[in-house]
Amino acid sequence: MARHWQAGAAGLAVLGLTLTACGGAKVGDSSSAGSGSSGKCGTFNLAVNPWVGYEADAAVVAYVAQHNLGCTVTKKNLKEQIAWQGFGTGEVDAVLENWGHADLVKKYIDGQKTAVDAGQTGNKGLIGWYVPPWLAKAHPDILQWKNLNKYASQFKTSESSGKGQLLDGDPSYVTNDAALVKNLKLNFKVVYAGSEAALITAFRDAEKNKKWVIGYFYEPQWFLSEVPLKKVSLPAYKTGCDTDAAKVACDYPIYNLNKIVSAKFAKSGSPAYDLVKNFNWTNDDQNEVAKYIAQDKLSDDAAAKKWVEANKDKVDAWIK
Amino acid sequence: MTVAVEKPEKTEAAEPATAPAKGARKVSRPMVIGAILVVWLVLFALLRGKQTLSLAVADLTDLHRWINDFNDSIGANRNSNPLFLYFFNEIRLVIDNLVTFVQHLISQPSGARPVPEIGWLGVVGLAGFVSWAVGNWKVALLAVAGFTFFGLQGLWQESMDTLALILCAVFVALLFAIPLGVAAGLSDRFNRLMTPFLDFMQTMPTFVYLAPLTLFFLIGGASATIATVIYAAPPTIRITAHAIRNVSKTTVEAADSLGATRRQSLLKVLLPMSKRTVVMGVNQTIMAALAMVTIAALINAPGLGVNVLQALQSLDVGTAFNAGLAIVIMAIVLDRVTTAASAREEHARNSRNRFEKWRRPLLGAGAVVTAVLIYLSHTYLWAADFPGDGTVGTRIASATDTAANWVQDNLSGLTNAFRDAITNGLLNPFQTLLTDSPWWLVGAVLVALAVVLGGWKAGITTAACVGLLVATGVWSDAMTTMASTLVATVLVMILGIVFGVWMGRSMMADRMIRPTLDAAQVMPPFVYLVPFLALFGATRFTAIVAAIVYGAPVAMKIIADGIRAVPETTVEAATSAGCNTWQIITKVQLPMSRSALTLATNQGLIYVLSMVVVGGLVGAGALGYDVVAGFSQNELYGKGLAAGLAIVLLGVMFDRITQAAARRASA
Repeated sequence: MARHWQAGAAGLAVLGLTLTACGGAKVGDSSSAGSGSSGKCGTFNLAVNPWVGYEADAAVVAYVAQHNLGCTVTKKNLKEQIAWQGFGTGEVDAVLENWGHADLVKKYIDGQKTAVDAGQTGNKGLIGWYVPPWLAKAHPDILQWKNLNKYASQFKTSESSGKGQLLDGDPSYVTNDAALVKNLKLNFKVVYAGSEAALITAFRDAEKNKKWVIGYFYEPQWFLSEVPLKKVSLPAYKTGCDTDAAKVACDYPIYNLNKIVSAKFAKSGSPAYDLVKNFNWTNDDQNEVAKYIAQDKLSDDAAAKKWVEANKDKVDAWIK
Repeated sequence: MTVAVEKPEKTEAAEPATAPAKGARKVSRPMVIGAILVVWLVLFALLRGKQTLSLAVADLTDLHRWINDFNDSIGANRNSNPLFLYFFNEIRLVIDNLVTFVQHLISQPSGARPVPEIGWLGVVGLAGFVSWAVGNWKVALLAVAGFTFFGLQGLWQESMDTLALILCAVFVALLFAIPLGVAAGLSDRFNRLMTPFLDFMQTMPTFVYLAPLTLFFLIGGASATIATVIYAAPPTIRITAHAIRNVSKTTVEAADSLGATRRQSLLKVLLPMSKRTVVMGVNQTIMAALAMVTIAALINAPGLGVNVLQALQSLDVGTAFNAGLAIVIMAIVLDRVTTAASAREEHARNSRNRFEKWRRPLLGAGAVVTAVLIYLSHTYLWAADFPGDGTVGTRIASATDTAANWVQDNLSGLTNAFRDAITNGLLNPFQTLLTDSPWWLVGAVLVALAVVLGGWKAGITTAACVGLLVATGVWSDAMTTMASTLVATVLVMILGIVFGVWMGRSMMADRMIRPTLDAAQVMPPFVYLVPFLALFGATRFTAIVAAIVYGAPVAMKIIADGIRAVPETTVEAATSAGCNTWQIITKVQLPMSRSALTLATNQGLIYVLSMVVVGGLVGAGALGYDVVAGFSQNELYGKGLAAGLAIVLLGVMFDRITQAAARRASA
């Protein structure tokens, strides 16, 4: 019995050796071009913060850097705080979509001077309170903050201890909601969902099953092309009305989203830096690429290719 | 704390019981507990809402600010500090090189090659051969099938990235863990010294130290490996210590009397005799390392975790599940192989059958075949890149999507009713009681319960934990979290008893349920959070359900083992005395497995507690949210760390009380 085993094993080995002889394509045979020809650009370390809009920015910039400039792009999936920390240690060259983050600006741009502002992306960031479209249609007056108390009881949930529930999401984002509720004397309680996934699921469910949900949301965001949430208007933003965090009683400002690069990278003369500096597009552009990624389920690279090929003129302006 | 089952044995079980015995023995323990609860309720009614130490979400205490400043100053001095230049950087270099080396071997393009040194065929062959050599042919087949499946899922490279990281982390962990475990096994003093550190390493939420780690060891392989090592090393340390301690005294004495030196008796007696248990420790370390895959992806560790996280951004449940499934399969393969390896250790010592004679030549032949496969996969493209485009994976993803959608559409009415019943009937009143009572009242109740259940020692530990909890400044959040945790544990125990008894009584049920339990333990929670959110909304209840999915399997397994350990003869005697099945379960099997029940409560609680942070991502708020917020917002870092400490303190408190109670139960 055991002899059979041995024979079998030996046979396998011989078979293996024969296979080696007849082979197939060898590794390194076929012109493995593409790598190697990095040119003067070298390696470009791009942070990818965890939301689809940013993923779209990064996909397009990485695609252009790789194909038009010959850079070796290393994408790093990081949250904002860690990405900024990476400027100092030389592990991150660029962040492509920054939402304010006054604390990080103070720490890394003003304080440690490891990062510098590289101009606006052209995207306008809106933050606010949103309701599902069916609700805005059924009760159009809900879109004025003054009427919110009228409907507060409808927004009650098991979490809101008798008041209306205002759902907040990922703690990464700027929020004044607790202060707003207090200062506008709204009969609401802020409930912290804790993640973007939780927020989106809540809104999706609310639209589908006609449930009452009001929550913190923002645009540009891919989900808005699936369910076009409606923004509730809060007292208009005036410069300085949000300086004292505890006394905020006004809407969020419109954020001009900007790019941040490491100080070293800005001085490196890399063509990738020029690309990042010139990179500029509209909310619609970003939404389009984000839709390819999130809804059509294209890979980042395929989504970027599709957009870049359709928008040659815009891309040319970035790399001229 | 993974199944670091420090069995409640020997120790001074009798000692604490005798001290307060005089007066306390007259009234039974349940009555004392009842009295404590009544006093609590009365005082709560009188003092409600006073001295509750609540702190708003964005508010900080001085301690939190101090931690922030400290963290900032480390970051600012990073490049000039000699500790960084000569210590952390060196460690980072060594580990980074190790990781890069393994990655080039199996997952990442190396040098000028567009593919890794060993392609899929070589890795599959190697996995099969190693599994066969250390285990048996059955697990070898499983390994080959499992690894091939990664390729069919279209996740070959991601799986290999994950495997590379796991291998490095487990290697580094064992390098430290086994010597430390041996030391802790030999010296009681060292063991006592280590235990708090191990508790800390296992219960401190990873989110808390992820950001500082990248500051110390930079973004990349080294940080991910070290984060994994911190979490994964303790089981091996604990189990090795346990194994060394359990080698029978007489054997060691026999060696001593033969004139063996300390070193000889360690190397020739203690280590070989505890090998089998140590391998089980390695098994637990591998499982814990796999649990870190998604977390490590947050600091850019390549692998399956990235797929899970990225799919979550667009709520793509199917894709996330596909990647999660690969993690589950890897866990099952590694688990079965290491279990088989430890069984072989046992087997090899006890028997020498005819087949053993042929083992050596067969292994040799296997090695030759493997070498050929590796050579092929190094040289030829077809054996390097996994062929096909992962259609199996796409199909799994779309089937999952369909199933998830069906569940969401059809069950949400039912689930909402259940959620509201539990929340309003159990969770809300309990949480109000905990958060609205004055802090000193809750503290006093906790200490009193600890003394009654576990004795004076447990009472003192609890008092210390309560004091420290107050000091962290997140007392109120800690109470909210405690309420959810305890409710989740009650549900875990109910499920644990129902399924545990069933599994314990029927081998068939056990065999059918166990793989599901394994999967529930290793599937990254991120995968099932989205469907749960759709079913239950962003609520504390969703967090409780997630905790149950993770915690219940342990309880079920422990209880099943406990039921099975009840002597057959006792059950038979009861049957012949005319007991029906219900009576046998409630009057014989459950009472006789009381220590298993307490152990299950202990492990259930600790597992539930380790899901607090995940709960923070789905609406549980409180400590979990604080930790997540601390990871995301610079200004909240200090508060996040304090919340992490509070979780550790809750864990230690629960652990000591239930362990002490378990010792009493078995005494």
